[in-house]
Amino acid sequence: MLQIRYVWEWPVRLTHWFNVISVIVLSVTGIYIGNPSLSVPQTDAFVMGWMRVVHFGFAYLFVVSVIVRLLWMFCGNSYARWKAFAPWASKEGWSNIIGTFSWYTFLRKTPPYVVGHNALAAMAYSIVFVLFGVQIVSGFALYSLYDPNGLWASLAAPFLSVFSNQGLRLTHHMIMWLVIGFAIHHVYSAWLMDVKEKNGTLSSIFGGYKFIDPKDL
Amino acid sequence: MAKEEKQTQEGMIPEDILQRWETRGVSRRDFMKFCSVMTATLALPVTMMSKIAEAVEGDNRPPVLWMEFQGCTGDSEAFLRANQPTATELILDYLSIDYHETIMAAAGHQAEAAKRQTMEKYKGKYIAIVEGAIPTAEGGIYCTVGGDSALNIAREVCGNAAATIAVGSCASFGGIPAAAPNPTGAISVSEAVPGATVMNLPGCPLNATNLTAAIVHFLTFGRLPATDSLGRPKFAYGKRIHDNCERRAHFDAGQYAEAFGDAGHRQGWCLYKLGCKGPETFHNCPTVRYNEGTSWPVQSGHGCIGCSEPQFWDTMSPFYKRLPNVPGFGVEATADKIGLGIAAATAVAFGAHGVASALRKGDDMESDQVIKED
Repeated sequence: MLQIRYVWEWPVRLTHWFNVISVIVLSVTGIYIGNPSLSVPQTDAFVMGWMRVVHFGFAYLFVVSVIVRLLWMFCGNSYARWKAFAPWASKEGWSNIIGTFSWYTFLRKTPPYVVGHNALAAMAYSIVFVLFGVQIVSGFALYSLYDPNGLWASLAAPFLSVFSNQGLRLTHHMIMWLVIGFAIHHVYSAWLMDVKEKNGTLSSIFGGYKFIDPKDL
Repeated sequence: MAKEEKQTQEGMIPEDILQRWETRGVSRRDFMKFCSVMTATLALPVTMMSKIAEAVEGDNRPPVLWMEFQGCTGDSEAFLRANQPTATELILDYLSIDYHETIMAAAGHQAEAAKRQTMEKYKGKYIAIVEGAIPTAEGGIYCTVGGDSALNIAREVCGNAAATIAVGSCASFGGIPAAAPNPTGAISVSEAVPGATVMNLPGCPLNATNLTAAIVHFLTFGRLPATDSLGRPKFAYGKRIHDNCERRAHFDAGQYAEAFGDAGHRQGWCLYKLGCKGPETFHNCPTVRYNEGTSWPVQSGHGCIGCSEPQFWDTMSPFYKRLPNVPGFGVEATADKIGLGIAAATAVAFGAHGVASALRKGDDMESDQVIKED
């Protein structure tokens, strides 16, 4: 008999969707800022101005969302905790990593049955959190240039001097594409799991509930 | 109203000073212009104008030793074209430049002796100005003057100076000689003489107005102006070029020149897409400008190349593109083309995986619990 389990608590879902909105808006405005390709004939327009205002506004939203999610790693349930994102730290985690990898590469009929993140997904999210961190640091370092005496400039100074302004700008562009690549993979894998495991994976990020067969655990 | 009048009076240059300059052949107008340009460049209140006027004619003017190492003399050239006041006046009257390889009359041992004399007589009191980077590879043999290496000379001259001013990007940050692969091991003055008080005036060339203003500040207040974390005076490097650019309105509007000579370029639109590095360069070019305030690169239709930023030759190139080249890829591949490729490859790979998964049989879980609908 299937059980209904409350897996993703509301802060997890809320920060997930704030991240989604932020990544979409930041990517669209970011692509424009990097290569402004709209034709603007009228002189009283403020296209780049608005793109930057929106980009910076959502950057702040994104930072808050990522920080809240990181804090929730220390308050949430076991599926949300930091340990869930480090499968390599335990023996069981390693067998899940190998098992999930074998399933993805068609070497195994069914994936290791887990309630929360599967081991490979958890590792991917760990990397994504690192990418988010680099994106936030490089983004705010570039943003800080508007006021060299400001708070952001003093925090960003070491990064600017080590990686150079243009180095950070290049990094900021490249990581955006890696995050977009991750998003493609993420949506695909969630859909695949939804079909194959029949756990309600896709709907669980909206409602938080998954349907688990305890005899498979 | 009364207060305002008083302030104006405080800022006024005393009549006797103006008359003395007139007898020296500098018109009242030119001298007042000089003092007001200096006051404005240093971002000082107008009341300081009279102080500046008094300072530049005081008798305690420090001697200057100008040393040139791995440079192209571009900064000397820029300085000789300093219009406020004319270079001759500045060199012969205001400053006592005791040593400058390009313009001094003395040569050889005579010149070196004059330098030594100044160093000994005014130890800890003179100003050292350094132009060009300092090579360190192979014992510094790549630049020697009078039989001694630039490194030794810099350590001795800058180490005993009241203050050192590094003029140009080479002296400030290593500049072009230090660009990869830096065959001569070129370093900046502050790296070569770690203990010395060094102020950096980067730029390729530096802006002579900023050098004059820095010297005037020294004459007026007895110390160099406040500097940022890179040792640059805040009055000249405290704002981004982008934030004071006359084309900024076109940037915010979204109007960009796409190619040199196109309609947008002819209308003076923003040079962002032609690789302008104004958004990442700190300098007062848009307000002070070059060559008697005539123009500056962006005004003349060419993007900023970030020449006053550290390692600009390596980090700001390619000069006509927004982003650096991605290491390991061809020069035509931009970061965004490569990124788009990564995203597309991800989509294709997972699409293929999806097709394979859809065709796969017998991997469905809980199949026994699915109730078949008719």
